[in-house]
Amino acid sequence: MAMFTRAPKAEPILGQNRVVHHLLSLLTWIIGLLFFFPLFWLTLNGFKEESVANGDPVLFFDPTLDRFSEVTEANAGLLSFAEAFGNSFWIVLASTALAMVLAVPAAYALAIRPMRKWRDVLFFFISTKFLPIVGIIMPIWIIARDLNLLGTRTVLIVLYTAMNLPLAVWMLRSFFAEVPKELIEAAQIDGCSLMGQIRQVILPIVAPGLAATALLCVIFAWNEFFFAVQLNPTGASTIPVWVNSQQKFQGQFLAGLSAASVLATLPVVIAGWFAQKRMIRGLAMGAIK
Amino acid sequence: MYVRPELVSSSQLTIVKGGIVMSNAVADSGQKSHADEVKRLERREGWKRRLPILPALIFTIVVTQIPFLFTLFYSLTDWRLDKPEPREFIGVENYGSLPGDKFFRDAAWISVQMTVMAVLLSLIVGTLLAILLDRKFFGQGFVRTLLITPFLVMPVVAGFMWKTQMFGATFGILNWILNLFGFESIEFATKYPLASVVVVLVWQWSPFMMLIVLAGLQGQDTSVLEAARVDGATSFGIFRQITFPQLRPFLELGTLLGAIYLIQVYDHIEVIVGGQPGAKNLPFYIAQRSIGGGNRFGLASSYSIIVVIASIIIANIGLRVLSGLLEDDS
Repeated sequence: MAMFTRAPKAEPILGQNRVVHHLLSLLTWIIGLLFFFPLFWLTLNGFKEESVANGDPVLFFDPTLDRFSEVTEANAGLLSFAEAFGNSFWIVLASTALAMVLAVPAAYALAIRPMRKWRDVLFFFISTKFLPIVGIIMPIWIIARDLNLLGTRTVLIVLYTAMNLPLAVWMLRSFFAEVPKELIEAAQIDGCSLMGQIRQVILPIVAPGLAATALLCVIFAWNEFFFAVQLNPTGASTIPVWVNSQQKFQGQFLAGLSAASVLATLPVVIAGWFAQKRMIRGLAMGAIK
Repeated sequence: MYVRPELVSSSQLTIVKGGIVMSNAVADSGQKSHADEVKRLERREGWKRRLPILPALIFTIVVTQIPFLFTLFYSLTDWRLDKPEPREFIGVENYGSLPGDKFFRDAAWISVQMTVMAVLLSLIVGTLLAILLDRKFFGQGFVRTLLITPFLVMPVVAGFMWKTQMFGATFGILNWILNLFGFESIEFATKYPLASVVVVLVWQWSPFMMLIVLAGLQGQDTSVLEAARVDGATSFGIFRQITFPQLRPFLELGTLLGAIYLIQVYDHIEVIVGGQPGAKNLPFYIAQRSIGGGNRFGLASSYSIIVVIASIIIANIGLRVLSGLLEDDS
């Protein structure tokens, strides 16, 4: 029978019937557009005049870039976009780098040459994510204050590293576990040194996983608001705090705040679009595999 | 595997000690020291394997576990940051006052409602979206990208955007639609604060659940599905008896990861409802009573401990799920 000669194709759960299939496709499109609509509207508002944004919703208008230049203008005494962006950039970069430097050897010890009781250690890392931040925020605030670290980049770098480390270890372990043991053994037999094995055998296989993991760390660190607003409300504050400060208590600010939101969101959204498939494989398949 | 130099030299030493006539006793002691050597080397190997994980482990313990011990200590004191008097050890008095504290009870109840609703609804919406997406159709990748985007958006931006441009009474789209159909405007965020926050959370977390379920759907063993179809199983029957059991670990993983993050929600509440009552969960309330200006460090610490205990209970259930996932792995 011809049916068994070709590879079986994954059959979708829904949509056997052609009409039903097209209707469901249409429905999926509509839902997708609805989910995206708030962001589309936000972006549109960023290009409006305040008077237009604060009126009845309109789809067609004279687009302007004025709001973008207004919100990025520096005002004395207020957190400026350039300042917040610089802080965010360095904090995200340093915390992600630190998390990766700590997580890569850890994942190696959990997957490639597993230590004894590696499962317990992995559980410990994951369980720290269950510790609510409020359970530790007060001592951290006190310690940071006593060390004169309140309002510095350092305190956020340390905290974001700790925040992302369990997730990074978790994801990297699953990527490292995919390296075939035979390859490493073959390299050992060929007299390849440990560094050589890591560089020539392991790294090429896990490189995409490393990139995806680093990206997830970047997303979470870039978007983090609680620590930033509690520990650095004024000095060395980050983009989320800057966006929040664009809500004014008087006058019209909707279009300006929309423009600010677009600037704050765009870097991470674009990065996420490119890495979507791999990120999820690391999160989901890693648990199963 | 190569032989360590220490091992070689020590066994050579035994031979030299034993001389040409190797008595039984000497041979025994040689064996013994050899066994010791092996044990020592095993221990060394163990440490060599453990070494790479130590930096991450120590960092995590210092930054997350030690502060927790401080919180535990604070919770047994009457410490107020705004009062000059020295802090005094008052035992479990703070905990005793909790059941009578209406604000604490409210915040705890809101935490439970918010987490359960947000996790369940995102899971349901996410699964439905995943099933819809798991079909070949025009623009599949593009629609998936559209659907993922809410998860990538900064929570502060998501909260503000929904509050003003969707929920808002004056220029919110939802109210504009209501008006179109002749209904009065509703200030959603003020009137239904909890529901408003949950809507935004579900908007952000359904995409996440969708991706996890999608990974599960696409990892299915297609030959089993084909066989079932040849045997004349209906689509629904296949879903119930084959797909769903295979999806279960993914649904559990989604629930677990979602709960970890959603139990701690702060940003959305801060932006959407701020200090108003009606949607203050425990993390928000604790921050408000301590570093957010309340200065009641002792009391707020006891709240934190309660949250941690509740989380540990949830975590235990969750970790059991995880260990089930890791079982086949070695």
